[in-house]
Amino acid sequence: MVPEAALVIGALFVLALDIAYGRRRTLESRLYIAVITGTVAVVAAMYGAFSSGLADSVFGGALILDELTMATRLGVLVLAWITLTLAGSTARLRHPAEFVAIVLFATAGFTLMAAAHQLLVAFVALELASLSLYILAGFDKSKPESAEAALKYFLFGGMSAAFLLFGFSLIYGLTGSIELHEISAHLAGHPPTPLLSVALVMVLVAFGFKAAAAPFHLWAPDVYEGAPVSSSALIASASKLAGLTLFVRLLWPGFGPGAGNVSTAAGAPGWLAIVACLSAASLLLGNFAALAQPNLRRLLAYSAIAHAGVMLLGVIAAGDAGNGPLFYYVFTYGIATIGAFGVIAVIERTSPCQRITDLAGLYRRSPLLTGCLAIYILSLAGIPPLAGFFGKFTVFAAALNLGGLAGPAGWLAILAIFLSAVALYYYLIVLKQALVCPAPVAPSAAPSSSVPDRIPVPPDAAIVLVFAALLLLLLGLFPSVLLRIF
Amino acid sequence: MNTIPLLSLVVFTPWIGAAVLALLRGTSPATTRALTLAFSLSTLALSGLLLTQFDPNSLSPQFVERHTWISALNVHYHLGLDGLSLLLVLLTGILTPVALLASWSFLSPSPPLSVSPSSGPRLFGSLFLLLQGAALGVFLALDFFHWFLFWELSLVPAFFLIKLWGGPGAPRAAYQFVVYTIGGSAFMLVGFAALFVAVGTLDFTQLAQLGRDGTLAAKLPGGAHEVVFLGVLLGLAVKVPLWPFHTWLPATYAEAPTGASMFLTGVMSKMGVYGFVRILWPVFPVPLHNAAPWLIALALGGVVFGAFAAMKQTDLKRMVAYSSINHLSYCLLALFAVSYATGRNVATGPAASAALSGTLLQMFNHGLSAAALFACVGVLQTRKAHALSRPSGTGVPPVSLHDFGGVRTAAPIFAGLCGLSLFSSLGLPGLNGFVGEFLIFRGVFGLHPAAAAIATLGLLATALFLLTFWQRVFHGPRAGVTATAFSDLNSIELATLLPLVALMAVFGLFPGLLTGLFNPLITSWADHLTLP
Amino acid sequence: MNALPFTIYVSFAGALLALAAGTRSHSAARWIALVTALTSFALTLLVASSFVPSPGLQTIIDLPWIAELGIRYHLAADGISLTLLVLTGLAATVGVLFSWNIEHRVGEFFALYLILISGVFGVFLSADAFTMFVFYEIAIVPKYFLIANWGSPATREHAAMKLVLYSFAGSALVLAGLLWANAVAIAHGSVSSFSLNDLAAAATHFSRGEQIGLFALVFTGFAVLAGMFPFHTWAPTGHVAAPTAASMLLAGVVMKLGAYGCLRVAMPLFPVGLAFWQPTIAALAIIGIFYAGFIALVQEDFKFVIGYSSVSHMGFVLLGLAAANSTAVAGAVLQMFSHGVIAGLLFAVVGRMVYERTHTRQLADLRQLPLHRLLPFAALTFVLAGLASMGMPGFSGFPAELTILIGVWKTSPAWAFFAGGGILVAAAFTLRAIQVSFFGSTQLSPVAASASEPTHAGSPLHYEPITLAEKVGTALLLAATVYIGLKPDVLLDWITPALQSPLMQGALKGGSL
Repeated sequence: MVPEAALVIGALFVLALDIAYGRRRTLESRLYIAVITGTVAVVAAMYGAFSSGLADSVFGGALILDELTMATRLGVLVLAWITLTLAGSTARLRHPAEFVAIVLFATAGFTLMAAAHQLLVAFVALELASLSLYILAGFDKSKPESAEAALKYFLFGGMSAAFLLFGFSLIYGLTGSIELHEISAHLAGHPPTPLLSVALVMVLVAFGFKAAAAPFHLWAPDVYEGAPVSSSALIASASKLAGLTLFVRLLWPGFGPGAGNVSTAAGAPGWLAIVACLSAASLLLGNFAALAQPNLRRLLAYSAIAHAGVMLLGVIAAGDAGNGPLFYYVFTYGIATIGAFGVIAVIERTSPCQRITDLAGLYRRSPLLTGCLAIYILSLAGIPPLAGFFGKFTVFAAALNLGGLAGPAGWLAILAIFLSAVALYYYLIVLKQALVCPAPVAPSAAPSSSVPDRIPVPPDAAIVLVFAALLLLLLGLFPSVLLRIF
Repeated sequence: MNTIPLLSLVVFTPWIGAAVLALLRGTSPATTRALTLAFSLSTLALSGLLLTQFDPNSLSPQFVERHTWISALNVHYHLGLDGLSLLLVLLTGILTPVALLASWSFLSPSPPLSVSPSSGPRLFGSLFLLLQGAALGVFLALDFFHWFLFWELSLVPAFFLIKLWGGPGAPRAAYQFVVYTIGGSAFMLVGFAALFVAVGTLDFTQLAQLGRDGTLAAKLPGGAHEVVFLGVLLGLAVKVPLWPFHTWLPATYAEAPTGASMFLTGVMSKMGVYGFVRILWPVFPVPLHNAAPWLIALALGGVVFGAFAAMKQTDLKRMVAYSSINHLSYCLLALFAVSYATGRNVATGPAASAALSGTLLQMFNHGLSAAALFACVGVLQTRKAHALSRPSGTGVPPVSLHDFGGVRTAAPIFAGLCGLSLFSSLGLPGLNGFVGEFLIFRGVFGLHPAAAAIATLGLLATALFLLTFWQRVFHGPRAGVTATAFSDLNSIELATLLPLVALMAVFGLFPGLLTGLFNPLITSWADHLTLP
Repeated sequence: MNALPFTIYVSFAGALLALAAGTRSHSAARWIALVTALTSFALTLLVASSFVPSPGLQTIIDLPWIAELGIRYHLAADGISLTLLVLTGLAATVGVLFSWNIEHRVGEFFALYLILISGVFGVFLSADAFTMFVFYEIAIVPKYFLIANWGSPATREHAAMKLVLYSFAGSALVLAGLLWANAVAIAHGSVSSFSLNDLAAAATHFSRGEQIGLFALVFTGFAVLAGMFPFHTWAPTGHVAAPTAASMLLAGVVMKLGAYGCLRVAMPLFPVGLAFWQPTIAALAIIGIFYAGFIALVQEDFKFVIGYSSVSHMGFVLLGLAAANSTAVAGAVLQMFSHGVIAGLLFAVVGRMVYERTHTRQLADLRQLPLHRLLPFAALTFVLAGLASMGMPGFSGFPAELTILIGVWKTSPAWAFFAGGGILVAAAFTLRAIQVSFFGSTQLSPVAASASEPTHAGSPLHYEPITLAEKVGTALLLAATVYIGLKPDVLLDWITPALQSPLMQGALKGGSL
């Protein structure tokens, strides 16, 4: 519990510090102090997560500290750190300390989700994270879109929480336990009942919501578009990573006996079939809907939906191939997405960045941002040697190893491979604006200056962006670093 | 073995000349002219040297040069010379300088406007020398690889000579010419690829050996042998051309500048016939024998239709072009007749040897007479251009039968020389054309009498149109172009025509000078006419 | 041998340097690019000079990379790789020379250019399918930006996108095939590995259906990049829109990546599949030869003529591969080299020498100009390149086509005859291009006559002279095509032993030269 404690204490400290000293200072310096304090908390949490070691059962089985927990915690903390730093250098908030504190609370929720090994803890952790995220989404009170995003996110999230709770209660009723290994043992010993199916469907609905998988994706484009950039970044990256970890743990160690089989054409029925359907729907919907998006953030949202499809494929494969491929994929996806949002955030300091065409001429305005953006986007597109490529590669390999093309899993992998060619199209559209198209000459600018204004990049933002880009490159070149953990 | 690679010298001296011309920037046109002529004369000089060392009684190739070249394809650089090759090398040696003389205006100090790169004369000279070298290479190469190299490369300078210096329709004609020829060559290439698959060599002497003893047929079972034969036949037939693959010829010859026409008809068409004698006949004796009835029909088609088509022409160049088809078809007719008779119980020996001698002689003689005729038409063209007061070279005007009249009185020397060429072409005894045609007819009568009978039709028509030419242009009242000023031959034109006509007379009277070169070869061929 | 991987690293380092230098000095970026390309070229030549042909790939470096999946960083070379490496070095050097006049975003141009080159080097050196795939994709993306940024304005964005999506879709097929193959291999009891040798060994246990399906996936994927009909449509559009150096590289080298992949991966791994699909591939190759040839015959855009001619010539390569015997495949590799050089020349003339001076590519416009007088050097180059492209003996195209014909005849005489017809079509469209473009107006048309009067000072008919860079580049390529035309042995002696390796012999029916 060290990381969570560090984060919560950090959050409280941030608030207290702001109350004590913040009144007389400018917004900027308040933000600065809050971010530094928050970063210290995150680093402390990292140390805690790293040093906590491995344990099968903590607090009477409520938590588990395995490789996945540790990796997810560290991953979430890295992503949170990037979010904080970006927020520190780019956000213009009226309540900086509260923002940082809520980010820390959300992160505490994520790390708890990573470790949860019991239905109740899982639900509490999920709700802690979700509630924080609802607030983060609506944090920019000056923008109606932000409020709309928060409301939408909250309504969908609340509904999915209800589903999840209902599902949990049914499972408890059926198995008489909230301990995952006991549930698993019970399910293995008893034939599936219709009620169990209902319970599983409910859990999966909640899961679909959390992962932004079609058809439970409707909140994603609006939230990505409306929420403050830093919030979107956190929702798109760390929340996904924690959510995937939570659910893959619920599904395989918990409901594993009810998984069924999708590696052959006539496999046993089970929740895998539903996940496969969600995956296919997300892949198709995400990729094709993204083609038509003129809005950069909505495009990222639809691309996130498409990626969710691949992640679900990773969930399917996780039963056989372990969590390595899935974790690698989700983590590197998180880095790339948070990086892309970071670039947007930096641009937004000087000029609006909503439409893809707002990126035009970026290569003249800021070569650094252009280079980083190119790496993030190409990683999302899955171009080697960046990490996004190897993530796809290893997930697809795992899915195909389930049984070749004998069953839906294999075909799903093939579908995903082909849709990655479709995806390249919209990613290239983004990069075309950034790298090829000339910058529009601002009407206010003096007609003689054809060189557009350069975008100033704050040094701390520059450091984290370059760090993220390098991470993508190095993880792509040496994926074993992550895979070896599992 | 010679220490000096004489044959390589023969082939490459013109190419060296071309390179020298191309590299020497800013030489005066006079120097260019002199250099071009000098390099083109090298062949004649070298073949004189060859003649002194040539042994007509040896049946195998002489002056052989053979070096490994591409081991993976078993290609050797293999040059050799026998009577047949020597005859054609001589012909090339004679015709190239003469054709250059006929193109003197293109090499003149004031280049014709139509081309007018300042490099005009140099370009013309280098292209012509390239062409000469390629033709010599074809006649001397004994391995398919570089034989084909020369064969194809000859098209390139020819293309540009026609295109850049030809008449108004030249671009189209040049295009047609090259595409037709390459089309044929492509299938020949496939054929040789197949031969290589079958026997692993592309050396002509080895292929001929394998063809004679039937190994080749055994290695290419199931119709492949015939298919390969057809491919090679097609390539050669387009080049000669054999009727009905001749459609490119009239336009090409008519549009080409005079010098190029002379070379095309005099030397390049012989490349095709040479291919028939050197490759098709020895390598594919059986398929050729089987196809002979059909091929004889095609050759007769060329003889008869060529002559009749010529009769219908009013454009003089086209008339001469069609007459070329007619004359070359005689050569092929004789060869096919020999192949036809091979293996049938006919007393073939003397007839075959007559027919073969006739073929070879006809190749040489047609080279002289057709080139001379094109030179004459060229003279008429310049006169007409002059009369129309167009500067020479601005698109040579087509000359028709009806443009002239009474040239004999206006230009007696020209009339005399042109008349001799016409009569040589017609086959008047005493001139060289007669000997060849006589031998061919004699041979074919012995081998395939019906074909000979039909071919006489062509003979008749030839006489008719050549006499029409003679009468319309040279006799009668002075009319058309001739009505105004019609100057007689200038010295250059005289230098063009006189050697040709003189040689016609010499070889007409002493055909032994030529037959002596290849008689032993022919005799040995005629003596070994068997099918495997 | 050990120097070969440095071609990859040097190119990549050069890309970074050029990018860094380009912000300050354009000419520095140019010289860095030239030195980089020359270094790579020199490295390939150095290795070539001491190369001892042997059957099979000679391993240069073999390190574990991603142990979890059995992926190794395995670089190796044989005669086939070496042939294509030399070609790449040559094309890269000449491409830099023909890009000397780029003035816009110079550093970025050469950086992308050199990344593309390093990817190409990497593909030709890889002996591990994963490694190869990574390099293959590295080579794809820079193409988009090269074309979209520096291409001809009207069509570049569309063309670049089309080209990259086609390539990427092809590589998706390859990826699907490789992953599936790996999965099947594991199912048959092998350990996970992407080494070509291991995959080939495992593939011997595959069922016939699996072999057929896998071959179709992998071969089609690579063949897209090789411009196989009906997946060729990216090629002409892409080549036309690309800047000259990129066209030269695309047609000259990148299309070879596809053919190389077919030869190195698809064929040895899945010989049963090859046997099944052989007639189909041959049919498509022949259709491609004719279809593209006929289109080239009627094109009114000069660059499209060359673009389609590339597709037509790659048809010969594919036909050679489809024939699947040592001779035909040796011919196909020779043709890859030859076409690489010749396409480079043709695009150099059309894109750089002519277009950037006349600013038109329409044959109808060029027909009005006595170009052979205005640009005699370009005319001479184009004539020679055109002859080489027609398969004229004395140039590299001829031994290549002859070897292919010999090989194809062994497999099927009928295919050989179709190929012969293809040679005719190639001659027809090349000759037409020569005729119309450079020699369109030999007759002094009134327009040209008035325009060529010296009194019209500064008339549009005076073009800047051909630069030294262009001349050197042209001379290099011409020397290569003539040298290989006269001494094809040099390459055949490398290629033929490479085809004797057990891996290749599994796919080929033997029948060496």
